[in-house]
Amino acid sequence: MSRLRLTQEGLTEWLRRLGNIYTLYGPVLTGSYHEFKRLQDPGEIDWDYSNTRLSPKALFLPPAEKMFVFSMDPDDPERAILKEAPKDFGPRLVVGIRPCDAYAMKLVDRNFITPQYRDPWWEKRRQETVIIGYGCNDPCSTCFCLSVGSGPFDTKGLDVLVIKVDGGFSLSFCSERGKKLLRREPLGARALSESEERSLQDRRAHAEASMPKFWDEKLVATRPLLDIFNAPFWEDIQFSCINCGTCTFLCPTCWCFDIQDELWQNKGCRVRLWDSCMFPLFTLHGSGHNPRSQKLQRVRQRFMHKLKYYVDKYRNGVACVGCGRCVQFCPVNIDIREVMRLMVSHCQCSL
Amino acid sequence: MFEYTEKIREIVKRLLQDRVVDGVIGFRKGTVPMMNHPFFMKHIEQVPQLYWDSWCGVNLANYLPKRQDKVAVVAKGCDSRSIVVLIAENQITRDQLYIIGIPCKGMLDRRKIYDTVRTRGRDITDVMERDGLIVVTGKDFSLGLDRNQYLQENCAICLHRNPVIYDELVGEMVPEQEIDRYEDIRAIESMSSEKRWEYFSKLTEPCIRCYACRNACPFCYCPQCFVDESKPQWVGKTIDPTDTLTFHLLRAFHLAGRCTDCGSCERACPVGIRVRMFTKKLEKDVKELYGYEAGVQLGERPPLDTYRPEDPQDFIK
Repeated sequence: MSRLRLTQEGLTEWLRRLGNIYTLYGPVLTGSYHEFKRLQDPGEIDWDYSNTRLSPKALFLPPAEKMFVFSMDPDDPERAILKEAPKDFGPRLVVGIRPCDAYAMKLVDRNFITPQYRDPWWEKRRQETVIIGYGCNDPCSTCFCLSVGSGPFDTKGLDVLVIKVDGGFSLSFCSERGKKLLRREPLGARALSESEERSLQDRRAHAEASMPKFWDEKLVATRPLLDIFNAPFWEDIQFSCINCGTCTFLCPTCWCFDIQDELWQNKGCRVRLWDSCMFPLFTLHGSGHNPRSQKLQRVRQRFMHKLKYYVDKYRNGVACVGCGRCVQFCPVNIDIREVMRLMVSHCQCSL
Repeated sequence: MFEYTEKIREIVKRLLQDRVVDGVIGFRKGTVPMMNHPFFMKHIEQVPQLYWDSWCGVNLANYLPKRQDKVAVVAKGCDSRSIVVLIAENQITRDQLYIIGIPCKGMLDRRKIYDTVRTRGRDITDVMERDGLIVVTGKDFSLGLDRNQYLQENCAICLHRNPVIYDELVGEMVPEQEIDRYEDIRAIESMSSEKRWEYFSKLTEPCIRCYACRNACPFCYCPQCFVDESKPQWVGKTIDPTDTLTFHLLRAFHLAGRCTDCGSCERACPVGIRVRMFTKKLEKDVKELYGYEAGVQLGERPPLDTYRPEDPQDFIK
């Protein structure tokens, strides 16, 4: 479908009308960084933002979620029976997600919605959420989405793609679900002219040309797992790691969680919490044995999971979308791009 | 700062040549602006990687607890104080260390730079420093900033910029500052208890429980942290305000009389929490009650494991 062109006011007004059907979420400045927040009005969206500090995964996999509630009252006939805690699965419209973050959801789908296992809450939220993405005219210096199967205008995870153009925005509809939004016709929209389309393509080419490409997936994918697992470079990478959860908690594709029961007097709940393979507790067995008791093992796990195990298991690319959050915020400057380069050169050298 | 880099390389080369140490903990240039990368090196060929500038805020003492080898470590004033505390707490011995002391004029706060530049919606690609000026460059701009305005908060009020112990210095000692460290803490102390509660609750609101503050701290070396214990479980693991605040308060108390205000916790926080506001109050209390500053005197026992007849006893009723 051809692109529509809207002014910012037209776009906001259209979203406002969609807000009658959907709960709206979008990037807003809170303190010194942007976050996805529930919007009272689409006018709150900051269209000049680069990306949110935390990825939008929390909208689908909350950092702490009450799964079930239960009673431990000895007189309660339903004692110790888990009942699902109420959750909101109403229709939502998430506006302004960057293409990399939206693509990340697709990667996580492969893990949470499989033929054998389905995560009901992830799946329901995914089904009920329409995603209006926002193309990156000006990728950050830490972005590398083009190296890992996504891109600044990637539509794989989107229902609608919004791109900033001179004096307004262009809209293109990338899914059936996206097209349905047109039922609430955007007022004042017109088709993008040929010259506007050309300048949009120029902009796109310019943005893409500014991005590095350094990953050789085929090379790494065809190497035996143990060959990379036992590579000497992990020793150097692991030294500075302090085993905090910054990288995993900021990451849009890190999906691991922990489950805990909380009890207060006679009432309890079972909660699901973000967990991190950087934490020693992550793999601690009931026996007391910990297969990843050493920092090196934990650091290697995170990178191997993203760049090798996931690739080998799903044969559909790496579990990293190149958003650059971990690159920017690792407190000790462990840079996944460097790890990727080291992996590639290890594979090249040991051919 | 470049003279420091040269000097560090010269010292390390000699130490490795003479086999004085098994390895060296220092910095190499970071992969992103305003960040350098702590690394461990053993070979002379790696010497040219060693680097120093105003973005070496990470406290390298964090890599020392329970080491068995003999290492050289590059240490600013605050790092050297952390080393003194770690020695007192038997985490490492003095003779395992060769301390390359850095007289420090304060490390810079990249968050402050980002805040200045972000209002212009700009991505930073390079940062240079010369003659008290920081030149921040992006794709389509270049901005000169006054270094003194961009110091980390703990550096701006630091009283020990020179290493308190060292084997060798990389340059002349710098003048120490005379400064009121506790203005902000007094403001919090003067609040009503409700206001104070509100202040601290708000402070930890954005916390995501990633534990970067704890793990960046050279003194959070417990084999198992209380938040990771499950039998019994001392504190909930959610991001409920009660759980989050409990974690921060208990961690702070665990650092009473130990914290040297190196600022590692605050620097590491991915969501910009002023974690030091918890520890600084305790630091002030320890100073006022026991006349003690952590990590200043090698061999001095910490106030919480000693008794003196003149210690305050008002709390015993």
